[in-house]
Amino acid sequence: MVFQRKYSVEETINPQPSGSGQVNIGSTERMISAFSGALLTFYAIRRPVKHWALLSAGGYMLYRGLSGYCPMNQAVGRNTSDKEIESLQISRTVTVNRPRSKVYAFWRQLDNLPRFMQHLASVTPLDTKRSHWVAAVPKGLGTIEWDAEILEEVENERLVWRSVAEATVDNAGEVYFKDAPGGQGTEIHAIIRYQAPAGYAGQALASLFNPAFGQMVKEDLRRFKNLLETGELPVSEAQYSGQRVSDKTEPSKKQEIYESPVL
Amino acid sequence: MRALCYNGIRDLRVENVPDPGIINPHDAIIRVTLSSVCGSDLHLINGYVPTVQSGDILGHEFIGEVVETGPQVKKLKKGDRVVVASVIACGECQHCQEQSFSLCDNTNPNAYIAEKMFGDSGAAIFGYSHAFGGYAGSHAEYIRVPFAEKGCFVIPEGIADDSAVFCSDAFPTGFMAADMADIKPGQVVAVWGCGGVGQMAIQSARLLGAERVIAIDGHEERLRTAQMIGGATDILNYKKVNIQDALKELTGGRGPDVCIDAVGMEAFGEGIGYYYDRAKQYVRLENDRPVVLREAIMACRKGGTVSIVGVYSGFADKIPMGAAMNKALTFKMGQMHAQRYIPRLLEYVRDGKVDPSYLITHRVGLEQGQQAYDLFYESRDHCMRAVFVP
Repeated sequence: MVFQRKYSVEETINPQPSGSGQVNIGSTERMISAFSGALLTFYAIRRPVKHWALLSAGGYMLYRGLSGYCPMNQAVGRNTSDKEIESLQISRTVTVNRPRSKVYAFWRQLDNLPRFMQHLASVTPLDTKRSHWVAAVPKGLGTIEWDAEILEEVENERLVWRSVAEATVDNAGEVYFKDAPGGQGTEIHAIIRYQAPAGYAGQALASLFNPAFGQMVKEDLRRFKNLLETGELPVSEAQYSGQRVSDKTEPSKKQEIYESPVL
Repeated sequence: MRALCYNGIRDLRVENVPDPGIINPHDAIIRVTLSSVCGSDLHLINGYVPTVQSGDILGHEFIGEVVETGPQVKKLKKGDRVVVASVIACGECQHCQEQSFSLCDNTNPNAYIAEKMFGDSGAAIFGYSHAFGGYAGSHAEYIRVPFAEKGCFVIPEGIADDSAVFCSDAFPTGFMAADMADIKPGQVVAVWGCGGVGQMAIQSARLLGAERVIAIDGHEERLRTAQMIGGATDILNYKKVNIQDALKELTGGRGPDVCIDAVGMEAFGEGIGYYYDRAKQYVRLENDRPVVLREAIMACRKGGTVSIVGVYSGFADKIPMGAAMNKALTFKMGQMHAQRYIPRLLEYVRDGKVDPSYLITHRVGLEQGQQAYDLFYESRDHCMRAVFVP
């Protein structure tokens, strides 16, 4: 089936950089800022009596230089950079042995997503296009929240969305559904692009973690498949083993509190 | 409840662990009445399968009584006497619908580990390392069985517990070895390994019409059992004869049409090749000792089939691919699809065509767990299979 794409995978919709996800300092200025920042910080640390004003000024210059983002520039609308930081991309796919219409319908009901996306706390539809997302940061480091809007929607085929400006992590993506060959169900292809906060520095850090984020997306898709095909998620960790008892640790309470998402 | 737990290499202990409960709607809780040791447990106990953790409950071949069922379990009721498939399968994914239950997509919550090791993950198996799902095993008083309607089969009246227990794993594995090889009447089949699975492969090959079945092992009493009860027409002790020469001689110089490897990664053998593997395995340069596989490939008749049900876990060296390619061999292998075979095998047992109960040589409590596995591993005291009565 051929359908007209407003946004295609090859030229995937990009997140709208907002906040520190963008750069607004030119390269020369960045270098000067980083160098003088490093110098200031070095002097501030070397002084027998710590000079906190000097230290924080140095730290600020250093951050500004490394990230390429200056909040003050942003505030006064000054931008000496002609570059944009490239967003990072994750794409993963899975085949679900269920008809396309059923697979699409489950996904399109966005408040279903936290049932298989492990790090999502909630998705609340605000209207037909916009929704509010809350994700838990692993290791109990709080939550991040953002609003997203659906830019394009072709029933049983594809969904394209983008976070609304000023998200903690600017992101955008596409998920498309197609029949697997030989009546094997539905292929789901998810492509997610995101703009790490803290400019160049953030991007460098995020690209280190990108494979791990990719694995997270893959596990989410696997759980989606588990749930649609069997109506439940496989669980073994909530079971007791000899270890937890012999180690004298608190016997796992997982079993009592565990509520498996059920279709 | 009491359960036999892994504590380290060749160190099993009985621990008190909390009873399992229903977690998912398709679960059932089974009170285990018989649970058998299996050759593949040895790979775990001997430390050749990664991701076995201290505290894990072993065992995957068992029968028992249904004591509790989840809300979505309709076909089982309390008190049913059931034999349980050792592989856990959902019945809904593409592979299950093609009857390839051991390839199930949906039962391994740790699929990512198996994916790293093998490129993709198959079904979970009870008590068989975390890469295979991390589900608690059957050497315990109770066990939680996910997708119970698909994995539990009510044992028909008239079949004794001792016969039914091997319909869980050993019999379907042996049967699949013969079934995969597409044995035609009049063919000659060679079976390496005369433990539980090998014995069942021998009987299955006969059931499927093999004219001659040659049993190969290093233990005289196992070979005798294979001949007296299993129906092997010829027996070969690899410690006494050269297998390649003997097989050629027994088959008019052609070689067996079907070669079944019912041994796997911890094969014992003779000669330089064997010690090469042992040394490499000892320093962890190789997981598997493919002594039997090499022998089977070399012995197999041109255009014949090598059927592998002995377990391999990682990498095996010096596989004679040249021989396999130039003799145009067919390779068939896999963990067995228990749910496909169990109903048919229960019929064979009920009709008296096969009675696997002779595999049981020792009957012990969980407390004798480590001794039972030691006896089994070293094949001492004519141990073929020990079963636990929890």
